[in-house]
Amino acid sequence: MEKFEILESGMVPLTIENVDTDQIIPARFLKATDRKGFGENLFRDWRYTNDNQAKDFVLNNDAYAGKILVAGNNFGCGSSREHAAWALADYGFRVVVSSFFADIFKGNALNNGILPIQVSSDELQAIFTAINSNPSIQAKVDLEMQQFRIDEAGIVLSFEINAYKKMCMINGYDDIDYLLSQKEAITAFEQNRS
Amino acid sequence: MKKTLFDKVWDSHVVSSVENGPDILYIDKHLIHEVTSPQAFNVLEEKEIPLFRPNQVVATADHNVPTENQHLPIQDALSRKQVTQLSKNCEQYGVTLYGLGHPYQGIVHVIGPELGVTQPGMTMVCGDSHTSTHGAFGTIAFGIGTSQVAQVFASQCVLVAKPKSMRVTVSGDLHPDVQPKDVVLYIIAKLGTDAGTGYFVEFAGSVFEQMSMEGRMTVCNMSIEMGARGGMIAPDQTTFDYVTGREFAPKGEALEQKIAYWKTLPTDEGASFDLEHHFDAADIRPMITYGTNPGMGIKIGEKIPESDDASFIKSLQYMGLKAGSSLLHMPISHVFIGSCTNSRIEDFRAAAQYVKGKQKSPDVSALIVPGSQQVAKQIVAEGLDRVFEEAGFVLRQPGCSACLAMNDDKIPAEAYCVSTSNRNFEGRQGQGARTLLASPVTAAAAAVAGKIVDVSQQ
Repeated sequence: MEKFEILESGMVPLTIENVDTDQIIPARFLKATDRKGFGENLFRDWRYTNDNQAKDFVLNNDAYAGKILVAGNNFGCGSSREHAAWALADYGFRVVVSSFFADIFKGNALNNGILPIQVSSDELQAIFTAINSNPSIQAKVDLEMQQFRIDEAGIVLSFEINAYKKMCMINGYDDIDYLLSQKEAITAFEQNRS
Repeated sequence: MKKTLFDKVWDSHVVSSVENGPDILYIDKHLIHEVTSPQAFNVLEEKEIPLFRPNQVVATADHNVPTENQHLPIQDALSRKQVTQLSKNCEQYGVTLYGLGHPYQGIVHVIGPELGVTQPGMTMVCGDSHTSTHGAFGTIAFGIGTSQVAQVFASQCVLVAKPKSMRVTVSGDLHPDVQPKDVVLYIIAKLGTDAGTGYFVEFAGSVFEQMSMEGRMTVCNMSIEMGARGGMIAPDQTTFDYVTGREFAPKGEALEQKIAYWKTLPTDEGASFDLEHHFDAADIRPMITYGTNPGMGIKIGEKIPESDDASFIKSLQYMGLKAGSSLLHMPISHVFIGSCTNSRIEDFRAAAQYVKGKQKSPDVSALIVPGSQQVAKQIVAEGLDRVFEEAGFVLRQPGCSACLAMNDDKIPAEAYCVSTSNRNFEGRQGQGARTLLASPVTAAAAAVAGKIVDVSQQ
């Protein structure tokens, strides 16, 4: 997993609430056997018509660019498909900001080097307002400091992240390596319970 | 200390806890399917590590399989590749596979319980959010992403923080026309699509105590639709009777010992939950959804609520519906009875009982998709196939089918489909398709009438 330290970037605002993973990546694109290329179909049915014409959607608006997606409440609900996180990462997003994340999506994001930043509803509105007033406004994410800031708009927010997950993100560690290091304890657990 | 059902099962599966971090939770059974497992097998390959406990993994092909001509090679090249890849991976790593053509093949959350793989007090995971279904047995069962599928392959464990606990109690007597699906749609409509996020839910009260195992599965299946990682119902005699005699269930003395243990699992009197909700069963009526998340549900005949929220307006626009209007008597063109929510034999019995002696509307295409080969066999054994066929319904072979439209079973754009599945998200049943979630009886009644009807008013 790619390490995450400090990110400075523009933002892409997606004000819709309850964005489910079927919208992030529709089921018909889940037929791959590897993790590559999902970015092309990120938000496919909101981005393109059936005959592949660009729709009026924020990813098709050149005014907005960057590695930070700012999304409405309850982002990533629904299906457990990790393809949603792969699609966001493949498209180039490293951070998703929302006032609420669905559990499974949040875990999948963290396992793919995408940082989910949960802010309050008021803070989310302030961020949307800042982007609205200047679409190319820059944000800075400092994971070590657990800080999200938009200096131009005077926004400075601290965010929560589990200490273990923070360590994994900063060092680029995967859970699987940690679990493999615990094989002895796991085997002992199996023997004790039988 | 007083413990909840959830605490008891969770605590007995914690290998250890990471300091300031998640628990290492031991997993008893890992179910896999063709769509969310290939990339996890790739991780084993890349890291050159073995699959740690192949005997605790069960595989089936369900998500993208066709529901016609399953004896022939799959026509869609990508689907065929995924299913073939699953077979190869299972063979290479020694995993039991109930693939196409096997008498045990079916939707992963239908075959687990029916084969006795699912048992009370277990921990179970699957790369599918509806793994919550198995919670009906008093099992901790939840969906995981593919990275976690790889972790369970490698270590038979997942790293996960213990969720908070919620109890949803529904007491009193249900109206005779109310189905388990109506109960869960009612709860989600009351609490909202994100109310359970961060929680594991226990469903308690007389309504669930009196419910069949299949009804309990329908309820727990949709826990994820209120955001909860999983739902559970305390195991009781109904549970023990269901498990007894199933292929992979314990037998004889081993079963007696297990049952004695399972009887210790229900929540202790006086144990506390982080959050409690209570509902009166008598208030529940047949339900239907009008929007694009499962929390947007109403009693059939109620009016669609009004809201100036932008996401709500967008949702109604997609559905082609107006706030303040009623869905009662609205024409529909498609009916789907199937999915891991409602594709068990009781669902088809209930639908067939309504349909018997009636004809479907000529304006409706009505699809019946059993959850497993065993359910399909039972449908024939009970003569339900003739009931459906005589009424003009189309009976297909098992799979996830039009619930998520990964195969050819798609609902056309702008068509209204009364569906017994679990999600009414935009495009879920096909690009532009408009899904109205309901129970199998409401779906069957819609197919017959060609419009939405309230069976409790007939």
